[in-house]
Amino acid sequence: MTSIDSVGLKRMFDAIAAAIDADKDRLCRLDGVIGDADHGIAMALGFTAARDALAQLDLAATEPTALLNTAAKSFLNAVGASSGPLYATAFMRAAAAVKGKAILEDTDIIAMLRAMAQGIQDRGKAELGEKTMVDAWLPAAQAAGVAQEAGKGLSESLEAALAAAERGAEATKDMIAAKGRSSRLGERSLGHMDPGAASAVTIIRAMRNGLV
Amino acid sequence: MQTKKIINDGNRTVDEMLEGILAAHPRHLKSAEGSPRSIIARDGPRQGKVGLVIGGGSGHEPTFLGFVGKGLADAAAIGNVFASPPPDPILECAKAASGGAGVLFMYGNYAGDVMNFDMAAEMAAMDDIEVRTVLTIDDVASAPRDQRQKRRGVAGNFFIFKAAGAACDQMLSFDECERIARKANDQTFTMGVALSPCSLPQTRRPNFEIGPDEMEIGMGIHGEPGIARGKLKTADEITDEMLDKILDEMTPARGDKVAVLVNSLGSTPLMELYIINRRVKQRLDDIGVSVHATWVGNYCTSLEMAGASVTLMHLDGELQAMFDHPCDCAMFRAG
Repeated sequence: MTSIDSVGLKRMFDAIAAAIDADKDRLCRLDGVIGDADHGIAMALGFTAARDALAQLDLAATEPTALLNTAAKSFLNAVGASSGPLYATAFMRAAAAVKGKAILEDTDIIAMLRAMAQGIQDRGKAELGEKTMVDAWLPAAQAAGVAQEAGKGLSESLEAALAAAERGAEATKDMIAAKGRSSRLGERSLGHMDPGAASAVTIIRAMRNGLV
Repeated sequence: MQTKKIINDGNRTVDEMLEGILAAHPRHLKSAEGSPRSIIARDGPRQGKVGLVIGGGSGHEPTFLGFVGKGLADAAAIGNVFASPPPDPILECAKAASGGAGVLFMYGNYAGDVMNFDMAAEMAAMDDIEVRTVLTIDDVASAPRDQRQKRRGVAGNFFIFKAAGAACDQMLSFDECERIARKANDQTFTMGVALSPCSLPQTRRPNFEIGPDEMEIGMGIHGEPGIARGKLKTADEITDEMLDKILDEMTPARGDKVAVLVNSLGSTPLMELYIINRRVKQRLDDIGVSVHATWVGNYCTSLEMAGASVTLMHLDGELQAMFDHPCDCAMFRAG
């Protein structure tokens, strides 16, 4: 059993910010093919802002819910764009999912992950198969839930989430975009990975690395 | 190799541009207290008037903030380069624009803008400001006719905002302002062509690749791929290709009137825009459509992209009157 407090959550955000920053150029290139080439910039901007905002908090006096809401607000105000509302909603839902808890157990972390995926889907109104970040986030959340119900620990559950996210992102190459800016491309979006799904994999991998 | 730009810091371009704009246009513009990305008309918002808030990503100047002023938009929310502003600056614009008669949100139909403006509208409702939204969809190339609601908003924004801003300035009711805004949106059609890419100040890398002898018809103002790529043609051939698509949808009758906008995407010079406009006028003369007014220049740019767009607005008496209504903005005035 792993226990994560606000210090642990902040470490997770630090890990995401570092991973996204390192991945920024690849994400911009992916976006350049089927979008407007700024996805890596927006994501790096958002997670840098979240990391900096969390660094200002007195972690001993901050519960996970407050920390996640701080991350949501700072991400949103730094970014706007599409990823701003999507990830801000994800973190606000994560905050709601762990409300009242000072220490997060394995089940809370998985609940948080599932709430994030649901929040992203609700805000963006995308379904599976429309070539968006939902194609990585939903299978990841589902796989984590299944692993946990099968009695797996946090590490294995997050590993399952990551594997599912990777498969989902890979599968976006064979999808025709139906949501977001690339949806105007129709069949010309075929063969290219969705940059939002690609960054979702990077985030989920960093969450695994930062949490366990 | 990185593109050449006259900037200081790739991450500070928007804020430094805004400082420069406020320094240049103190008579027209100010930023909202505590919200530097909310640009407000000094003379515009007033009691009983429907407020008009526009906005979107930076990099399209003079869209959006150049159209803030009396007779046009009351406020513009400014995002990062090619990225929607977040809800907070939009909300501050709504508060500044509100005269108690409702606030219209008008912006291009892009997924990110819709999410952020919708969140701002929900926040405004909590402050008892009623918001209605009109998404501009003038880009003919961005979706087929039977999916018109999926189209993007591009240079035609300027015409649509102009008509809506005039309705608001005439103190018409919220219903009437919304009706005229929607009518202007329905009657405005844009087609563009891109010749060379732009580059974001943060990356300074071209945001798409295009051969030295190629052009792309229908490319979006963020470099979104268009509908056809081919060898660069003559100005008349390119103009014909764009006009054919527009006229096919607009279907004007002999004797009808239009307003014309020939817009540069950034680095295409006025000389070429006027050559395009020459052909537009010839073609319209040929089919007996008269030009009520023409604007030629930089109205909706895409950083340093080379290329141009042609917009026609099909005018009836009401829309013509909205066009002729005076406005006085930082970067545009009429009447």
